[in-house]
Amino acid sequence: MEPITAPAIDLVSLAPVLVLSVFGIMVLVTDLFIGKDKSVLVFISLTGLLMGAISSLAKYNLPVHSFNGAYIVDHLSVFFTFIFCISSALAILVSVDFNKREGIKVGEYYSLILFCTVGMVLLASATDMIMIFLGIEIVSISLYVLAGIRRNDPKSNEAALKYFLLGAFATGFLLYGMTLLYGSTGSTKLVMIASAIRNGGVASEPLLLMGVVLLIIGLGFKVAAVPFHMWAPDVYQGAPTPVTAFMAVGPKAASLAAFYRIFSEAIPQLSPSWEILLCVVSVITMFVGNLGAIMQTNIKRLLAFSSVAHVGYLIIAIIAKNSLSSSALMFYMLTYAFMIFGTFGIVILLGRKGDENLEIENYSGLAYKHPVLALSMTIFLLSLGGLPPLAGFVAKFFVFSAALKEGFLILVIIAVLNSAVSLYYYLKVIVFMYMKDPVKEFDITLSPMTLFVIAISIFGTIQLGIFPDSIIALAQAN
Amino acid sequence: MDIEMEMVPLAHYLFLSATLFVIGVVGVLVRRNAIVVFMSIEIMLNAVNISLIAFDRYLSLHDGQIFSFMVMCVAAAEVSVGLAIIIALFRNKPTINLDEFNIMKS
Amino acid sequence: MLLKLTGLVPLFPLIGCIINGFLGLRIGKNAVGLIGAGAVGLSFLTTLFIFAGLVMTPVEERVFEQVLFTWMSAGDFAVDFGFQIDPLSMTMMLFVTGVGFLIHVYSIGYMHEEYSFYRFFAYLNLFMFSMLLLIMGNNFLLMFIGWEGVGCCSYFLIGYYFEKKSACDAGTKAFVMNRVGDFAFLLAVMYIFNIFGSIDFTTVFHAAPEKLIYDGETVTIITLLLFVGACGKSAQIPLYTWLPDAMEGPTPVSALIHAATMVTAGVYMVVRCNALFALAPLSMTTVAFVGGGTAVFAATIGMTQFDIKRVLAYSTVSQIGYMFLAVGVGAYTAAIFHMVTHAFFKACLFLGSGSVIHGLHGEQDMRKMGALKDHMPITFITFFVSTLAIAGIFPLSGFFSKDEILYHALMDGNVILWGMGITGALLTAFYMFRLVFMTFFGESRVDPHVHPHESPKVMTVPLVILAGLAFFGGALGIPLFHGWHVLHNWLEPVFHFDMASALEHSAHLLHEQGKHAPSLTHLLEPAEHNLWVEVALMALSFSIAVAGIFGAYMCYIKMPHLPASFTKGQWGYDLVKNKYEVDELYDETIVKPTLEGSTLLWKEVDAKGIDGSVNGTAKTLGWLSNHARTFQSGFVRNYALFMVVGFISLLIISL
Repeated sequence: MEPITAPAIDLVSLAPVLVLSVFGIMVLVTDLFIGKDKSVLVFISLTGLLMGAISSLAKYNLPVHSFNGAYIVDHLSVFFTFIFCISSALAILVSVDFNKREGIKVGEYYSLILFCTVGMVLLASATDMIMIFLGIEIVSISLYVLAGIRRNDPKSNEAALKYFLLGAFATGFLLYGMTLLYGSTGSTKLVMIASAIRNGGVASEPLLLMGVVLLIIGLGFKVAAVPFHMWAPDVYQGAPTPVTAFMAVGPKAASLAAFYRIFSEAIPQLSPSWEILLCVVSVITMFVGNLGAIMQTNIKRLLAFSSVAHVGYLIIAIIAKNSLSSSALMFYMLTYAFMIFGTFGIVILLGRKGDENLEIENYSGLAYKHPVLALSMTIFLLSLGGLPPLAGFVAKFFVFSAALKEGFLILVIIAVLNSAVSLYYYLKVIVFMYMKDPVKEFDITLSPMTLFVIAISIFGTIQLGIFPDSIIALAQAN
Repeated sequence: MDIEMEMVPLAHYLFLSATLFVIGVVGVLVRRNAIVVFMSIEIMLNAVNISLIAFDRYLSLHDGQIFSFMVMCVAAAEVSVGLAIIIALFRNKPTINLDEFNIMKS
Repeated sequence: MLLKLTGLVPLFPLIGCIINGFLGLRIGKNAVGLIGAGAVGLSFLTTLFIFAGLVMTPVEERVFEQVLFTWMSAGDFAVDFGFQIDPLSMTMMLFVTGVGFLIHVYSIGYMHEEYSFYRFFAYLNLFMFSMLLLIMGNNFLLMFIGWEGVGCCSYFLIGYYFEKKSACDAGTKAFVMNRVGDFAFLLAVMYIFNIFGSIDFTTVFHAAPEKLIYDGETVTIITLLLFVGACGKSAQIPLYTWLPDAMEGPTPVSALIHAATMVTAGVYMVVRCNALFALAPLSMTTVAFVGGGTAVFAATIGMTQFDIKRVLAYSTVSQIGYMFLAVGVGAYTAAIFHMVTHAFFKACLFLGSGSVIHGLHGEQDMRKMGALKDHMPITFITFFVSTLAIAGIFPLSGFFSKDEILYHALMDGNVILWGMGITGALLTAFYMFRLVFMTFFGESRVDPHVHPHESPKVMTVPLVILAGLAFFGGALGIPLFHGWHVLHNWLEPVFHFDMASALEHSAHLLHEQGKHAPSLTHLLEPAEHNLWVEVALMALSFSIAVAGIFGAYMCYIKMPHLPASFTKGQWGYDLVKNKYEVDELYDETIVKPTLEGSTLLWKEVDAKGIDGSVNGTAKTLGWLSNHARTFQSGFVRNYALFMVVGFISLLIISL
């Protein structure tokens, strides 16, 4: 009889997941013992995120494979873990004053954000389809609840319902795709799938291709790519604003990381067949996102369509799948986090209880009452539109050069054209702020936490635009 | 007699699974009741489970079984969250007809 | 040593912008004006020091690069944040900071009554910063930053009087039109990066003859894209319509941004890329013809306008057309020369018109002016000097620069280009003197309640200086004798291009591709300087200018009824007066369909209906159609249906 040896479980590589889970549970438990004031929870969760980010550095000599090749710690996953922790921390910071104002008094809120972050870390580090599936579900289920956290608000309810039903629907497609991939190659591990395809170990070519298409749908839904984006505007509008900001950054980044991993590590051999699909998706995503945003009058819907358009640009990085494009993806998501949280921070500041001031015309004349806020908003919007020398420009330039290097000239031309179009609607908001008379009095409470987030975001947007080199070097370390 | 000969071929299972999946999809598309839509989604997930198990059995693999357990767990979690959302919804507006929920649109 | 100061030049305006932008409201108007103008003054002084430094270096070493830091590096690709000082950028810096300083000083007087005085100066300083980045950047991307930056500032400054709807519209129009050009520029940069693996000016221009085939497809596409970018920024056909509308901005802005500096950025960019354009004869011809065409076209519109600033705006478009004409025939020095003299006289003209508008309390219609020369003598004299300069009267600056362009158009280009140039010269003299006669001479048509007055010293002193420059600026490039052309000698090293080796390389490249290289030896023959032709042309253009002035004199002084009698009811005149209805054409063909298209998409497709697409796909989905039609009000289901449709379409594509 063979001796029974203890299985090699590399818990250290799981460190951020464990830390974040522990802190998430801690928040839940603490919530039971404290009164109405939830600020302790904020403190605990921020500490958790900080610790999570630090613990992701526990492994050196990257990449480290663990759990029989189901989990990896590499530069991509560490960088993304940082993005997640930063974006979750920013989300919590913008939530504090918002929740106080809107009377959201549930402690689960913070633990859900932490659990969601756990899912994101898993997503970015998983190299096995089962793990990827779990990661996606952890993220999604947390988000369903977060979207509907305002239980008495019909809009929030509706957002949760739509997101939930469509999300579960998309999960069905994703799973089916994974299953077909598994059935035709015989493994759920990305590396094994790749080697099966390379060595001709594919049981059924049509099933494999069908699986790839289904995967594109499942993942396309999670990142809100057209035509699987229809939920995004409604859910973005209905969910509480900090949750919207949170949703637009972290989970999207995580899904994109998984998207990138699957397509570049498991099925790069099939790229001739999926390249064209992703090109089509990317192009229509950009067009629908940008054209859709032009007509919007609600700032949250506008940002929802704009984030759809940004996904279009990001898919280009997946299509290019060279070393430049993975770092471009990381850099883009980092800058995107700052731009989005900055923008939403201002959107939150402008609201007050019972009236969120979400129409674009409510921004009229902001520049005269609050010039600094208007200037910050201008910087964020111009950066989203890709105007140099702000971070958004560098990020876009980076993605587009990665694609150019692989010879996707037409795709890049379309993308550049789109980013030119996109400035039009960002500018619309700026025009309202600077060139229109106020329609009503501003009643802004300058809450310190939110201002802090805006300040960080301004710093990030400018710093990453003018001195992006150090961060790019980090993103490129692999 | 060889057992293998009598076994139903893999393709049959796959067709069954695909059919179930399509039934689920169509259910989502045509039904109005939130619970029924949700059940249709469950059918889709279970269709996937059939495929997973069938692949395992015929290709002599094991990962698929684990996968299908995970799918079941996740489905259970989704049920709890989904029902909670539907209940919260029902409290504000006593209906679960999906067509009545369209405050937000372009 | 002095060259090390380079970084300070753009830094001063940036600091000025930050101080004025954040503290402007607290420190009071005088301090704001002092900081705003002082920052630019300091950067002008620094530029003078750098200039001294550059003059002292030997001719062969007059390219100085200062890399501040690596902006971004990705893989084998790196972009520096660095400045390049050579005679070309030096020339630009000198006149941009110099003229810019004068206009800043003028603005202190002109804008004094404005409430948000500080905002104006913050924008203006930010503009100077961006413009200097554009000029000094040592790579395409840095130039692009400046390029976008000046566009943004221009947008904000055009919309400065935001209470006026027309101002907002004009700002947005300028921005959108510029986006078209910027888009082309960015594409060109990416294309260049793709081919050279670098976007440094030095690297690219050095490698250009080795990597690009003379008259090849690649270089033609790149240069044409660059030229489209230049057209957007420099308001050339077909992207010129924003510039006249941009006159909604305050007058100093028109002088600084929309006459002297930003709008010439396109010319600068093309001149900077001369090493690429030299390899693309087709693009050169395009540039020349677009420039010549614009010169004539805009001048004809200029003859029909009554708004004093609009006349000047069309005049600017026309003059920039001249510069492009010069660039197109390879006369880079002539283009830069004209750019410099144009900056002097056009800035003076705009500021003069501002002074008139100031004196008349905001009146811009020339039909309500007249006989102002006695009321505002300084403005009149400076304005008159500049008008003589732009009309090309000997020995003022415009005479020399324009004449040089015409000479090169004939010698290096062809008769048609020269014909365009000379026609433009005639029209220019005519409409400029029409402007002068209507404004300063004849009978007063001024509103009796308005009492015209001369402007304060802070405004007239810059006018006098600029008029002086417009008068004597021609000394930079006195032709005839070879050594006398100071500017030519100074800029020569920048335009040095070894055509022989470029042709050799491209023959080699063609040979590698198995193609036969055409014989292009005629390109290598040195151009002759024909003294007599030049003298003859000078005489001709002088008489043309006089003819134009005489025409204007006849029409607007001697027989004021004449113009009305032959413009009345003339189809041609109306067409020109309505600016050839280009704006309407754009509205009808591009703006409206886009808006309608997207409205349709989003009102119809997204909202009511997904109905449409549901119905469409329902048919393909057979039995589903009835159900979909019956139950199509449920949004969740429609979204799900959309996903399924997407899935099916992807599946079809993948087959």
